[in-house]
Amino acid sequence: MKLPLSLHRLWAIVVKEFIQLRRDRITFAMMVGIPLMQLVLFGFAINTDPKRLPTVVLDADQSSYSRSFVTGLQNSGYFHVLPYSGGIAQAKQDMAIGTIQFIVSIPADFSRQLVRGERPALLLEADASDPAATGNALAALASLNQTVLSHDLTGALARLNGTPPPFDIRVQRNYNPEGITQYNIVPGLMGTILTLTMIMMTGMAVTRELERGTLENLLAMPVHPLEVMIGKILPYIMVGFVQVVIILTAAHFLFQVPIAGSLALLLACVLVFLAANLAVGMMFSTIAKNQLQAMQMTFFFFLPSILLSGFMFPFRGMPEWAQVIGSALPLTHFLRIVRGIMLKGNGWAETWPSVWPLLVFMGVVLLIALKRYRRTLD
Amino acid sequence: MNDAALSIDVSGLSKSFHGKAAVNGLTLQVQRGEIFGFLGPNGSGKTTSIRMLCGLLTPDAGSGTCLGFDVRTQSTQIKKQVGYMTQRFSFYEDLSIRENLDFVARMYGMADRRRAVEQAMTDLGLAERRNQLAGTLSGGWKQRLALSACMLHQPQLLLLDEPTAGVDPKARRDFWDEIHRLAAQGISVLVSTHYMDEAARCHRLGYIAYGDLLASGTPDELLSASQLVSFNVQGSDLALGERLKALPGVEQVVAMGHVYSVSGADGERIRQSLSGIEGLRFEPVETGLEQVFIQLMERSNPEKIR
Repeated sequence: MKLPLSLHRLWAIVVKEFIQLRRDRITFAMMVGIPLMQLVLFGFAINTDPKRLPTVVLDADQSSYSRSFVTGLQNSGYFHVLPYSGGIAQAKQDMAIGTIQFIVSIPADFSRQLVRGERPALLLEADASDPAATGNALAALASLNQTVLSHDLTGALARLNGTPPPFDIRVQRNYNPEGITQYNIVPGLMGTILTLTMIMMTGMAVTRELERGTLENLLAMPVHPLEVMIGKILPYIMVGFVQVVIILTAAHFLFQVPIAGSLALLLACVLVFLAANLAVGMMFSTIAKNQLQAMQMTFFFFLPSILLSGFMFPFRGMPEWAQVIGSALPLTHFLRIVRGIMLKGNGWAETWPSVWPLLVFMGVVLLIALKRYRRTLD
Repeated sequence: MNDAALSIDVSGLSKSFHGKAAVNGLTLQVQRGEIFGFLGPNGSGKTTSIRMLCGLLTPDAGSGTCLGFDVRTQSTQIKKQVGYMTQRFSFYEDLSIRENLDFVARMYGMADRRRAVEQAMTDLGLAERRNQLAGTLSGGWKQRLALSACMLHQPQLLLLDEPTAGVDPKARRDFWDEIHRLAAQGISVLVSTHYMDEAARCHRLGYIAYGDLLASGTPDELLSASQLVSFNVQGSDLALGERLKALPGVEQVVAMGHVYSVSGADGERIRQSLSGIEGLRFEPVETGLEQVFIQLMERSNPEKIR
């Protein structure tokens, strides 16, 4: 029996596919680029055990004991105590903005009570909106009070060593006291979904005109590039808002995620974020030659967005260079905004530090897109 | 500005891509109400020329006006009054006929859009198909839609880039009747084509090859300028075509069924050559435009052939 397959024909198809593959430079670059990027990001950037988290110590006691405790904190590796001169109000504001992770308050009579064996308590407040980011640090803290003062408590005071420990650490998990992962993930999901759909849809909407040949007709009409761009962005902003409504409704009713802050502020920030992503899509569409390339570019942008923004892995766990890249991505700032408003109840003052980077990003990208937009077929 | 006698008046328009000249110093004048046929082989620069005229491409050199507007600086004004029909169907295939026309009408900010679209559909017999998606239309209907859409804003000048490629003879004839009706209203038409019967229906013709405009004039002028003489030849020899080509004085031989059309500039010499072969019947006939253009093509600088 003769096989109905012919090696010649098979080979003909293989050769043709390779030729086409080689011609499509962007696809070729993506096939090499995406695995490389994944290797670098997963291999070097991602760290699920973040250390040296920014910590502020408000030491009203200023004794050798309190200083020993602070040294012990530092030595655990999880806490990076920042030089700080502000008060508790300032520290709480900084925590809301997201620049510090922990606030340690040591009361004024800490050492006096300690020496008397009254087992004083100090307070550690944690930004627990992302339970993964603080989990290990809090675990390390648990045994700290047993060991950290053993060198200080000598002589008559040595009796204080042992169980129960000489002092107590009260941990207050702010914003997400029960450490529910969904509280962190669901609002973040809004950002990732919007990033993916907005960039992809605008990217393809413009390249579709090029691919189907309708661009020539469009360019032959008396229309300004800005009219085309804004006209193409507006419908997708509406689509984006529909997605936001779906996600917010699900977050609230399905996952019981609180919306602590102002919904109006949240929606206003969503608008800025949408526009920033649509601008990225526009820029991609001025580079991509067909819809497939636009799609690949979207993924090339999306991958670092979910990995380096703090959506999946703690932002502070990443090395410096990865944080710098992450800070250039709109999703990073949007996650801070949306988690801040929904979980922390942030207002405009705490939100603004994350809004202006979005505006700068959008401005730069739009400028590139407008510059690259084809007014002619040259 | 729009009642200028010349709808197109350009000189020295040049454009090159990647160092290769696509159009080389095009000088062209088209009168108001004139149908100007643009002929030339594939890749000769017809599309590039048309795109420069309507502002889709910026000329590297040269200057001129389209409807009185500068082709270099006033492309927005030109676009408002020019109807451009692309070689490839470039309306939205996922929109219906009506939606496509609505889009165009909105683009040009037409005052009475609804009525204009309705009128355009009736004029071109598209009314019953108004809700059909453009992508599902056959070639002839697509071409009707494209023409209807590019005339919707009542342009003063139509630039048609091979509008009848792939369209059946009846649809082509209807199309040209429509073009003549428009020209009679004072609209100028620049149309590129490969069909000789269409060329014969133009008021004036221009022949472009390898970026150069080689000849222009009325069909009759081009015919007499070519000085070609043609004969219809019939014989029993199966390999007659090859033999005819080798005869002195014969420049072109075209087989048309059992008859060969033989032409050349020197009629007497051809007659002598043909008389030398036994059993051959031949009679002088009128030279066609096709022979003229083939002659032009073969005489154009072969070094420029890609």
